[in-house]
Amino acid sequence: MLEYKGRPNRLGIWGWLGGGRWGAERYLYTLHRLTGLGLLAYFLLHIFVTSARAFGQSAWQQAMATVSGTFFTLGEYAVFVAFAFHAINGIRLVVIELGIGVGKPIEPVYPYRTSVDVQRPLAVIVMLAAAVLVVLGGLDFFVIK
Amino acid sequence: MRDQRWWTWHIAASAVILVFLGLHMVVMHLEAIIGIFNPHGGHPIEWANVVERAKSAFFMVTYIVLLGAALFHGLYGLRNMLFELNPGSGAKKGLNLLFVVGGLALFVIGAWAAYAGYQVAITQSAAAAAL
Repeated sequence: MLEYKGRPNRLGIWGWLGGGRWGAERYLYTLHRLTGLGLLAYFLLHIFVTSARAFGQSAWQQAMATVSGTFFTLGEYAVFVAFAFHAINGIRLVVIELGIGVGKPIEPVYPYRTSVDVQRPLAVIVMLAAAVLVVLGGLDFFVIK
Repeated sequence: MRDQRWWTWHIAASAVILVFLGLHMVVMHLEAIIGIFNPHGGHPIEWANVVERAKSAFFMVTYIVLLGAALFHGLYGLRNMLFELNPGSGAKKGLNLLFVVGGLALFVIGAWAAYAGYQVAITQSAAAAAL
């Protein structure tokens, strides 16, 4: 009898990037984590920056002046893109977690089929939706004034 | 069992975030296309627009709800990623303590700022109306 003696999660963080014949969904998972970490880092700073409004108009305007300029505009757009991806991919993850759109269980008869093939259209749809949001955001940030 | 319950809260928090952060993103970053809750026009971060939103009890409450949901969702997500790396039991306890204490401290700061901002906005609006 085989006994599992190794540590779980042998690949560690490197396992986020690869480690097998993984489909596109695995890389969506990696991107979901990376965008989540980015959004969390931004959010923790955002709490302090936006707290300035509690001290009145001049404190607020000073805080906003500190985070203005091309660098911060690009950073803010990156946050918007991360939000668009993380939110819409998150909807997909919850839908799948609830067992929706994963297909019915089938007997493992060769040639084997994977549930991931059933889930693929959902992944494509949500990525298209995220892309639409990213483009709309880009228009709002950089084109329409 | 306890982790399963926390995971359910993690998912529930994501639904709250989707609604309120979605609204926040539309207000703040799609203002030229959709343009809601910016009654004075211009950029959403202009003080007049900030006051208009901040004096609304709806915004004050939703900011605090969003703050709590986002802190829980984000910090619990980060905790799970770190726990996947198999830290020792002492490190796990330390991380749990750090996230609980740090998360609560950030919640108190953010909730205070939302409430104080609400008070500032109400005072300023009342002063402007009296003129």
